[in-house]
Amino acid sequence: MAQQEIETILARQLASYLSTPVFLVDPAGNLVFYNEAAEGVLGQRFSETGALGVDEWSRDWRPSDESGKPLVADQLPVVIALRDKHPASSDFWIAGHDGVRRHIDVHAFPLIGIAGGFVGAVALFWEMK
Amino acid sequence: MRVTVWGTRGSIATPGPQTARYGGNTSCVSVEGEDGTWLVLDAGTGVRTCGAAIPKSVKRVDLFLTHLHMDHIIGLGFFAPLLRPGMDLHIWGPRSAGADLKTRLSRYLSPPLFPVRLSEVPADVSLHEIAAADATIGELHVTSSFVTHPDPALGYRITSRGRTVAYIPDHEPALGVEGFPIGPQWTSGHTVAAGADLLIHDSQYTGAEYDGRVGWGHSSIDQSVAFAQQAGVGELLLFHHDPAHDDAMLDVLANDAAERAGTSLVTAAATEGAVVEL
Repeated sequence: MAQQEIETILARQLASYLSTPVFLVDPAGNLVFYNEAAEGVLGQRFSETGALGVDEWSRDWRPSDESGKPLVADQLPVVIALRDKHPASSDFWIAGHDGVRRHIDVHAFPLIGIAGGFVGAVALFWEMK
Repeated sequence: MRVTVWGTRGSIATPGPQTARYGGNTSCVSVEGEDGTWLVLDAGTGVRTCGAAIPKSVKRVDLFLTHLHMDHIIGLGFFAPLLRPGMDLHIWGPRSAGADLKTRLSRYLSPPLFPVRLSEVPADVSLHEIAAADATIGELHVTSSFVTHPDPALGYRITSRGRTVAYIPDHEPALGVEGFPIGPQWTSGHTVAAGADLLIHDSQYTGAEYDGRVGWGHSSIDQSVAFAQQAGVGELLLFHHDPAHDDAMLDVLANDAAERAGTSLVTAAATEGAVVEL
């Protein structure tokens, strides 16, 4: 498999040292990593999930509004950050792979490399309690 | 192509009898194509003797800087091609999110640090800011990628006639990676080094030294060997020797690297003046 961009590698390294949940995607929206803190919210270890396409991850965690109405991928902050290349935030509900429904607050940012290259997006998120 | 090592040392030049065999000059390597093309990698103190060895008949030289830390540019003012009228000198260096390459180099090549300004040198100097370079110079094809090191630093991959040398003198691919290496996809510098016939790679520390210098941007011997094995290179040249490591210590480290590599990889500690024909 081809090497990730250095900015993506460094983002993963930083994420692996944070207790803030972090979710990392490539420019096509493919999930490439989430950290241990995110595993607790998403209900599954990254080593079990592996890399997922945007259609898969945006469906697997069943994002929805408070009433349970499903959100489409285009409404998710990570997808907006990728599409519009600016930060996006919102709160919504997901269903973890452990079966638990959680209310999360998500802040997503595009990752623009030092040479101006667009290398993906990162989302920091919290479970709202 | 012919690869010649002119400076092996990291951080600061360390001349003297205790470093005479491996060399005390800081980073500089040249690559000559069979068609007479000259590339120079980094301008540490070793670039002075490198520049003096470039024949007067050579009208174009391309100097590729991995980054602008002083041990990689301090010899630039004493690089003979810079002082030759009519020399077509191309200096390639990493793009920055801040000042341009000319501004950054001129911080050194201007008074009071140096008497001659970059704009005043006799050579015709062209500056190229690069990230992912993809350049063909004579028979030599050069690509680059950013690698893990404080302040943006590039690794270079040079290919000619089916043979490849990779040059990553300052590199800490193990930073923050538990169980390094964890596969090509998540290893800084892998694209630069993959399958190279010769890899010249940062090997500054012992394992014990590295533990106290995490984040300084360099590799230990064992990390360097593991990186090279994962990349499937033919030969690893241990490079960017720590200034505190004398010849006797480097003998020990070279043996340690060879034992770690086993039969999977040829290893050697870079010596000043060494020539590798590829």
